[in-house]
Amino acid sequence: MNIDSTTPMNELTPGGDIYEAGNAREFKTGDWRSTKPVFISEKCKQCGLCFPVCPDDAIPVGKDQKRTDFDYDYCKGCGVCAKVCPFGAIEMQ
Amino acid sequence: MSIRERLSGNEAAAIAMKQINPDVVAAFPITPSTEIPQYFSTFVNNGEVNTEFVAVESEHSAMAATIGAEAAGSRAMTATSANGLSLMWEMIYIASSLRLPIVMSLVNRAVSGPLNIHNDHSDAMGVRDAGWVMLFSENNQEAYDNLVMAHRIAEHKDVKLPLMVCQDGFITSHSIENIELIEDDKVKAFVGEYNPEQYLLNKENPIAVGPLDLQGYLFEHKTQQAEAMKNAKKVILEVAEEFEKMTGRKYSFFEEYKMEDADIAIVCMNSTAGTTKFVVDNLREKGVKAGLLKLRVFRPFPAEEIAKALENVKAVAVLDKSDSLNAAGGALFEDITSAMYVNKKQVPMVNYVYGIGGRDTKSDDIESVYNDLAEIVKTGEIDNPYRYLGLRK
Repeated sequence: MNIDSTTPMNELTPGGDIYEAGNAREFKTGDWRSTKPVFISEKCKQCGLCFPVCPDDAIPVGKDQKRTDFDYDYCKGCGVCAKVCPFGAIEMQ
Repeated sequence: MSIRERLSGNEAAAIAMKQINPDVVAAFPITPSTEIPQYFSTFVNNGEVNTEFVAVESEHSAMAATIGAEAAGSRAMTATSANGLSLMWEMIYIASSLRLPIVMSLVNRAVSGPLNIHNDHSDAMGVRDAGWVMLFSENNQEAYDNLVMAHRIAEHKDVKLPLMVCQDGFITSHSIENIELIEDDKVKAFVGEYNPEQYLLNKENPIAVGPLDLQGYLFEHKTQQAEAMKNAKKVILEVAEEFEKMTGRKYSFFEEYKMEDADIAIVCMNSTAGTTKFVVDNLREKGVKAGLLKLRVFRPFPAEEIAKALENVKAVAVLDKSDSLNAAGGALFEDITSAMYVNKKQVPMVNYVYGIGGRDTKSDDIESVYNDLAEIVKTGEIDNPYRYLGLRK
């Protein structure tokens, strides 16, 4: 079911229920960001402290357990990752 | 054969819940509704129902748990009074906006403060715009019957709104009166199974409930609720008709007591209607054409029907058991005067705020209202439409 802000009232689901799971992915909250974390990969030791603290799951981790660059579609720029990084590999800009 | 019993209003509500046998009851005790979950938890303990009883730590949690249970796809009930309802306030709106047909017994009590545990309607009036269907009950029988009808109304696909059954704290909830109960199997068949089309625990078709609903959507979702409330009018009458076939007891939006030829009429809700009927009978014996309109369905508000029922009387008094503290009359008075104006019925009307904090309203008090109305008919004058009944001045 495709619902957007042009859908007429009588075609909206009651109470705004969404008849499908996992739909938070479609709501990109990255544009809420006022400061931006920048990943400096050469300083990163892959210690694994940053991605568990990300509230938006915006630090992708590969099958090799290594993090890659930020997913800016969802990063709200809270800066928690930059705080926990012991190696200065994340800079808020 | 129906079962003749004598029960208090709270017992009657608990027995209705036992016969309905909901999936979940979550409740927190508060006077005067405490006995409802108390009796019900006994039924749970004795294995007389299959209900999951959740002894929550507050009324906010009671409503939150019933919301969770209903969203999951089960039938959930609760009971509360006054400040318990106040604590539920946030969740009351969530329940209706998520379109969850929760059924609640509201045993009416004054909302503090100063602290008072006795009956008035300030709790119910505080949630009158919350999108719940609101049924009022004159006595234990009506509290029971309204609960038996409740799920059929609330869960109807054109309604999907929560519903509260109100009865007067202590006056009804703790007074033992005769009652006619319906057999368990008949109630079960009447209420039926709850089979929501969409629910959280349906793993075949997972859904999300209560999403962020910003400028592009909330207006339409609120108007959907308003439409559902309009639809409820038709459903309430259909369910009442079916209920009458089963029990012989007739229900509608309101009861018109000796209204056919009435010159003067009182409009009120809940137990005061019983006292008023007694006064009407006495006045009729003296040749006074007095009548009563006892409102059962307060939300949705049957504006057009009330205007029609009152169009031929010469003076009306609306009794509000809650003061809106607005310098312009009680909630029921405002709704009824608005209904009359919009439907172009011009009848002299006065408002009496009465019975606040459990102040006893005796037949003499009601008779004095009819005397005032007779005076208004005679002189055509209303000096002050915003009056008090039983207030010490």
